[in-house]
Amino acid sequence: MFARTNNCMTFLTIVFFFFFLSPVTIRLKSIKNIQKITKSMKMVAAAKYSRAERSLKPARVYGTGAMALYEKAEIKAPEDKNKHLIIGVSSDRGLCGAIHSSVSKAIKSEIAKLSGAGKEVMIVNVGDKLRGLLYRTHGKHILINCKEVGRKPPTFTDASVIATELLDSGYEFDQGSIVYNRFRSVISYKTDAKPLFSLDTVASSENMGIYDDIDADVLRNYQEFALVNIIYFGLKESTTSEQSARMTAMDSASKNASEMIDKLTLTFNRTRQAVITKELIEIISGAAAL
Amino acid sequence: MLSNGHPHAAWAHCSFGLLCLLQVFFKEANVKQIDVPTLTGAFGILPAHVPTLQVLRPGVVTVFNDDGSSTKYFVSSGSVTVNADSSVQLLAEEAVPLDSLDLAAAKANLEKAQSELGGISDEAARAGVLISIEANEAIVKALE
Repeated sequence: MFARTNNCMTFLTIVFFFFFLSPVTIRLKSIKNIQKITKSMKMVAAAKYSRAERSLKPARVYGTGAMALYEKAEIKAPEDKNKHLIIGVSSDRGLCGAIHSSVSKAIKSEIAKLSGAGKEVMIVNVGDKLRGLLYRTHGKHILINCKEVGRKPPTFTDASVIATELLDSGYEFDQGSIVYNRFRSVISYKTDAKPLFSLDTVASSENMGIYDDIDADVLRNYQEFALVNIIYFGLKESTTSEQSARMTAMDSASKNASEMIDKLTLTFNRTRQAVITKELIEIISGAAAL
Repeated sequence: MLSNGHPHAAWAHCSFGLLCLLQVFFKEANVKQIDVPTLTGAFGILPAHVPTLQVLRPGVVTVFNDDGSSTKYFVSSGSVTVNADSSVQLLAEEAVPLDSLDLAAAKANLEKAQSELGGISDEAARAGVLISIEANEAIVKALE
């Protein structure tokens, strides 16, 4: 009977210990879970990044080829045109560092500049996060929102859907730009803008005269195809930048979580040892008092 | 670029890029001639061709290299740009080397598309089937 009481006492004491330590234990458990999650997110992002980077190489060559005409013919929009368009490329998911906020910042400063010069600006949001960042302050400038971006790798079909919506929307823009995150390396990307030109701007540009045998139909087809190409290029670069940024963000989150776990484990052990020591001292001094 | 007074005979090659969405076949390669199928007809591009923009139709692109050999690719659609400095960019939505296409499969697809055409009345769907017929016909013609 004494043995059973003894066991009961030990059991109750242990339970009492853990009760006493519970805030630390709870915190430790939750941070360990978070670390598991961020680690797995990092691996998923790493896999998606390597796939995106592989398909970026031909897409980049393709994009520069598509824009070669505009650069070689030195097409510039006349200064007095009023209707601008900005296509902002981001995605639906967060936890990727400053990807969405850098695009949103660039767009906001561009709008401020253009509105200050008296021009009309409309925005096409590719990605829900960008909509969330822009609609409160610049809601009246938003023309089109695109959702379900970023879950699967972007395809030419996605780019053509966006281009079709834009052309069907009836907004006759004179010139514009696409703001996207250009991929530089695994740890760095840069927010960049590439110009877009409308059919009229291209047709009336002075250097176009040297191009032979072009009728309006051919030029319109060519323009639409080039628009899809540029959007596709922006999507591909953005996806690669986003996955690499998510990889680095989750990596540093995991490291921070590890540090916190180490510190908390030390605190937990110290507290546990202190409680045991206190109990022992009480028992010993109690026995000594007998 | 236009005003540097280069005599045209100095250009012996086109700097050619054949790009499709998934692959780069040629990039700034020096070639002698390129035959392209466009909406207004097929034509060949030699160095010092007059600058132009064209839209491609489904068909065969033949590239004649410097050493005289030629390679053929089938393109689905896209655009071709010839610039003043004799650089040519052929941006194809899909492009495959001709020998990777199967004649029997193309014929089967063509027959299926032709039989579908009879049963569709919706404009947009009709356009889709007509495009499929045109593409398959071009493949069959190219492979025969």
